[in-house]
Amino acid sequence: MYSKDGENYFIVDAHIALWDARPENQRNIHGKQFIDCFYDYHRNLSPDEEQWSYEEYLYQGGARLMKDLFEDGYVDHAIFQPAYLGAFYKNGFAQVEEAYGLAAANPGKLTYNHCYDPRHGEAGLDRLRADHEKMGFKGVKLYTAEWHGDSRGYKLSDPWSYRYFEECRKLGIKNIHIHKGPTIRPLDRDAFDVADVDHAASDFTDLNFIVEHVGLPRLEDFCWIATQEPNVHGGLAVAMPFMHTRPRYFAQIIGELIYWLGEDRIQFSSDYALWTPRWLIERFVDFQIPEDMTEYAPLTTTQKKKILGLNAAKMYGIPVPAELQLPDADETKTGPRQPERADLAGVR
Amino acid sequence: MTALIGDPAAETQMDVTEEDIRRALESVIDPELDEPITDLGFIRSIQVQTAGGGAQVEVHLRLPTSFCSPNFAYLMASDSKDAISALPAVAQVVVELDDHHDSDLINAGLAADAGYRGTFLHEAEDSLDELRWTFRRKAHTAAMERCLTDLLRANAELLETQMGTVRLRDLPAGRNKQALLRRRSALGLPEAADSIVLVNHEGHPYPPEAVPMALRRARSTRISIDGNAHFCRGLLRTRYEGSGADQSARPEGAEAKDHHNLLPLKVKEIHS
Repeated sequence: MYSKDGENYFIVDAHIALWDARPENQRNIHGKQFIDCFYDYHRNLSPDEEQWSYEEYLYQGGARLMKDLFEDGYVDHAIFQPAYLGAFYKNGFAQVEEAYGLAAANPGKLTYNHCYDPRHGEAGLDRLRADHEKMGFKGVKLYTAEWHGDSRGYKLSDPWSYRYFEECRKLGIKNIHIHKGPTIRPLDRDAFDVADVDHAASDFTDLNFIVEHVGLPRLEDFCWIATQEPNVHGGLAVAMPFMHTRPRYFAQIIGELIYWLGEDRIQFSSDYALWTPRWLIERFVDFQIPEDMTEYAPLTTTQKKKILGLNAAKMYGIPVPAELQLPDADETKTGPRQPERADLAGVR
Repeated sequence: MTALIGDPAAETQMDVTEEDIRRALESVIDPELDEPITDLGFIRSIQVQTAGGGAQVEVHLRLPTSFCSPNFAYLMASDSKDAISALPAVAQVVVELDDHHDSDLINAGLAADAGYRGTFLHEAEDSLDELRWTFRRKAHTAAMERCLTDLLRANAELLETQMGTVRLRDLPAGRNKQALLRRRSALGLPEAADSIVLVNHEGHPYPPEAVPMALRRARSTRISIDGNAHFCRGLLRTRYEGSGADQSARPEGAEAKDHHNLLPLKVKEIHS
């Protein structure tokens, strides 16, 4: 929990990883390129005092994770969202077994979400059923830009993706987290396109689709589909640290999300170990929309509390102390929310 | 070098300088960020060697990450090769993309002039034309929103619902209007003074009740492009030390911190 100015915030870090990108685990040059790309994100967007060395960044281990999140980081509960990346790392990038073990040992603090790749076909479905029986997860993380044989990405609207969603439905896996990386198939179209999420969300209305990175770099396409599909949510992984380097951009991102999705469908995450939660939480609680951006209403404390934890807690059934709970906003299920609150936006 | 007296026309035709190459590359646009690659700092090096039969040019490109989308990477690299090859005095061109996960594939395709489909084989279906159009439309949408939001901010009396009838002649002259006219021209939209500003990519205006939503959607597009443009610039500076000196300032979406990276260009001399 984080407390400031008499307000208490229940914190759910909805997107974390336990990764191993050390050279001995890199399968090829792409393993190095991938972690270097993450490290440049980290260096570019972090305040100087929050920057890690490259060696620290390659691997953290469970003990360090527990300290960064729960001792230093104010986090009440965190959710693993593994990206396997077997084409780049010998034992995978996300350390699936280690993360599951850590979550099993700390069930009050950690939730383990699994991952799968629909291109594994029938065999993968068997594997998913077996994994679910063993681990009992409520959510999965899908990285659509994962490389697999001569395929370098898939779409959520592919027939096999649908077969897997049907299986998720049967098994009670309700929360589908999606990271739209640069998906290279077919290469003719925009690799970051999120239109396939729209198809899947319309056809599986009983599943939640949480688009990580709020669709960045296609914020506009994400907002447009999310405003029409009540079961599409936005995860703030990678968007949060813009508070530091690009506060006006961050204000616009959060302003757009509140406008198009409303305050009940946005989830905080540090994207650990890309960043650590402590400074992000402190700064978000202090954050406010700049005065001259009259197209957005100021962020309320209620909105911050929901984003920082209550929204993800509700989705995952994580217990929240009664005095910290808040009711849902009385908002429309689809279409823009609270347009009258901003003075460039309509009724004046 | 000794100045030679000769036919100046012939001489300019045969001599190609690094500056000529750079100027040719100004025509190559990053479609996603809607800016020339020369402004973004994507040119890593230019080498020109003059031999008997014409100049041999080698250009290296660099991008903000190894995982930038390979279709955009290929477009910029192949457009670069085309732009340089079009210079009359150039005999041979090598364009290479450095440090990308598809560098080997793309560089081999460029060297063999294999084209898009010949380079990417089963991953390519038809062409990258539709991709270009998608981002030309987005660029127009963003340019349109900048002009109309400027208008709204400048005049508190104006209502958002009135933005559907604003015409090009109502926009004040300046950078944003110039940019809008260029984007309209790229889409083949009319540039006459009485043309409606808020139109879709086919040039159709919006009915009054749809105007606020059209403007709001356009705003999210503008925010996205500006945000991506600055993030990509920042990542390039992080990845390649000193590359900030090769980037021009982008006022759209700029923030206080951006000025640090551009100090050498920004500092004015103070005369007391």
